[in-house]
Amino acid sequence: MRRFEFVIERGLFLCALLSVATTVGIIAVLAVETAAFLREVPIVDFLFGTEWTPLFSTPRFGVLPLVVGTTLVSLIAMLVALPMGLLSAIYLSEYANSSVRRVLKPVLELLAGVPTVVYGYFALLFVTPLLQQVFPNLAGFNALGPGIVMGVMILPLVSSLSEDAMRAVPIGLREGSYALGATRMQTSLRVVVPAAFSGITAAFILAISRAIGETMIVAIAAGQQPRLTWDPTVPIETMTAYIVQVSLGDTPQGTLEYRTIFAVGMLLFLGTFGLNLVSAWLRQRYREEYS
Amino acid sequence: MSTASTRPLPGSLGELASRNVAPPPSSSEPCKIEAKHLDFYYGQKRALEDISVQIRPHLVTAFIGPSGCGKSTFLRTINRMNDIIPGTRVDGQVLIDNANIYGPGVDVVQLRRRVGMVFQKSNPFPKSIFENVSYGLRINGMVSSKSELAGQVEESLRQAALWDEVKDRLHESALALSGGQQQRLCIARALAVRPDILLMDEPASALDPIATQRIEELAYDLKKKYTVVIVTHNMQQAARVSDYTAFFWLGRLVEYDRTDKIFTNPTEKLTEDYVTGRFG
Amino acid sequence: MTNAMRRSLDVAFQALSLLVLLLALAALAALIVDVVSDGAGRLSWDFINGYPSRRASQAGIFPALAGSIFVILLTALLALPIGVAAAIYLEEYGRRNFVSRAIEINITNLAAVPSIIYGLLGLGVFVRLMGMGRSVIAGAATLALLALPVVILSTREALRAVPGSIREGSYALGATKWQTIWHQVLPVATPGILTGLILSLSRAIGETAPLITMGALTYVSFAPDSIWSSFTVLPIQIFNWVSRPQRDFHANAAAGILLLMALLLTMNGLAIWLRDRYQKRLAG
Repeated sequence: MRRFEFVIERGLFLCALLSVATTVGIIAVLAVETAAFLREVPIVDFLFGTEWTPLFSTPRFGVLPLVVGTTLVSLIAMLVALPMGLLSAIYLSEYANSSVRRVLKPVLELLAGVPTVVYGYFALLFVTPLLQQVFPNLAGFNALGPGIVMGVMILPLVSSLSEDAMRAVPIGLREGSYALGATRMQTSLRVVVPAAFSGITAAFILAISRAIGETMIVAIAAGQQPRLTWDPTVPIETMTAYIVQVSLGDTPQGTLEYRTIFAVGMLLFLGTFGLNLVSAWLRQRYREEYS
Repeated sequence: MSTASTRPLPGSLGELASRNVAPPPSSSEPCKIEAKHLDFYYGQKRALEDISVQIRPHLVTAFIGPSGCGKSTFLRTINRMNDIIPGTRVDGQVLIDNANIYGPGVDVVQLRRRVGMVFQKSNPFPKSIFENVSYGLRINGMVSSKSELAGQVEESLRQAALWDEVKDRLHESALALSGGQQQRLCIARALAVRPDILLMDEPASALDPIATQRIEELAYDLKKKYTVVIVTHNMQQAARVSDYTAFFWLGRLVEYDRTDKIFTNPTEKLTEDYVTGRFG
Repeated sequence: MTNAMRRSLDVAFQALSLLVLLLALAALAALIVDVVSDGAGRLSWDFINGYPSRRASQAGIFPALAGSIFVILLTALLALPIGVAAAIYLEEYGRRNFVSRAIEINITNLAAVPSIIYGLLGLGVFVRLMGMGRSVIAGAATLALLALPVVILSTREALRAVPGSIREGSYALGATKWQTIWHQVLPVATPGILTGLILSLSRAIGETAPLITMGALTYVSFAPDSIWSSFTVLPIQIFNWVSRPQRDFHANAAAGILLLMALLLTMNGLAIWLRDRYQKRLAG
């Protein structure tokens, strides 16, 4: 009986260890291929080069166009998601009564449950044509349409995490403010939001990480033309869309062109991983503040 | 076994003098449970200090004392239930049938089968009445056929004075029973694995007076076959039900003697203050 | 600022934040209306049963539908036992030591890694290193890794919700730790575990990027017939059609989206029904 229990415990432990193995696997796969890549392409050329044409006959491996493309779309998405998400959170946390919350919150969560390929469809075939009526110069593939749609998709994440942070603020702080005759707006903006600052910042950073890692919306609607530009009206390519592009093609395995997807993937992983760590650290801080 | 509901029990301290008192301690009969200089720690905090006591077999022994005095903690050392809580530590010995249960190589699982426990808030499993009682038998491999299992379940429910009330609905959910019935089910469940000792941790504190009376009568009956230790914060209950009483205070054992003596003529002033209601 | 000004500013602010919230919901409504109007006409039994074709009006979605269902079932078969086992270890056996903390931190981090990275992992490890090729099983293994953190987190919550009194009662009868877990804790936690699994699967069924990256095909004219066969899934088929310039294919994509959303609604509905039904059971 003792031995059986011991075997069971070991088996369960191995399953738990799989998560560590997954992280090790991700790092190993990316590192091995990136190292092979960097043996042929100097890292300075990769990180600071301004032309990305790995599939051309005279290939260039400067990743900046992809990075800028990713940053541009994410920036537009954050311009939508952060203020709108925060305002929604303030409304749900400080103004709405419980029956309104009970209806609105799950519906808002639905936005987060829609598959990203559906959002891509929406961005390409509805939002971009709509925007073209306002901006006639807008190309069919651009950064603006998918950026806005991505912002709407990430909004529930910002809203729910910010709301959690605001609800963790002790009610005594609010009552103190109301007792002094402050309005709800003044209390929310001057007392609650600053008190929930680390939690809200953690939410923002996680949202940025989510935007950077998003693939299908940009693969469908942003284009496949790596271009070093901050112009949201022209086609660009993001890091994630590039990986999809190569995966769909016929690039043979083991070639330098093939390895580029791992090198770009490594950059993507490091960026999101760093952001996630900062966000988790901030969230730990705000939990400690109020416990 | 007489029907429990009709036999009267001593209802007040004054009647104690006329009831059958427990036999005086005899050196020929070995004690069932013995603690020797037992210290117990929750982390750094010492909850029990130098407890030494000898509990006799086939009697009801009550542990009394104010909240937080350590009586439940000591009860739980007897079946090592405190092992589940992280950070606890034991110094000294607890012996059952002269073997130290905290010694090396002791099989805690077997120990807990021999020492049954009933908790303050009844905790039947969210299964049927039958499955609640049969669970202990099945996991300990104590029966080899379905008919034997059914027989054991019936026997245990009879011992707990619950059989007549549930015999027609054995496969209904245990959670549908009343509070008192659930507690008797927990007693049946504990008895099913044929323990020698039954520990009861304030078993009636969540029950109404009638259900409480039935539990008390049951505890009194069970001592014919088992050694019963009952923790209670209700002194009248201790006086009604037990043969020996141990009074705990702030983690120490203040006095341990026959129940009639504790409640009519205690040796320690502290005991006298407690049982006369001056504190606690 | 006078009181009247402050109060009207407050009302304006409240209106603004409510407006913003409703705007987001309006976007969702616009999306639904758009997809339904584009695709409802195309949705038919022939479409669901048919095979892809160069002629948009004759194209069907069956291989992708079969692929999606096949992959998701395999993913569930992989993710459930491993996820539940890991959660049981962390919740019931784990001590407050370095290894357990490291595992927990890993799981939280993995939940936030972009899904396309899992595709690269699947490509490197399952497709190439383990030689599974671009098969259904490799795809399922990739998605299982993706789903695992969520399954583990929701299983842990389900285990935590089991009252400690049930565990105590079991130990007091002389049960071992595993007997207690298997006979008492798991049965009570099962509805919560299944709900978490179904929810994580409903996310996985909409995943496109990791499967494209590990090599699922975009033009497949057959339904997968074994775990080693190549395959495609609904979202990839939708992606394929939406990437074509012809408008007729866009209608196909919209119809595919409606099918995908119907699958999602069914799965989520199932999860909610399961949770409600078992909550009533526990109440006795």
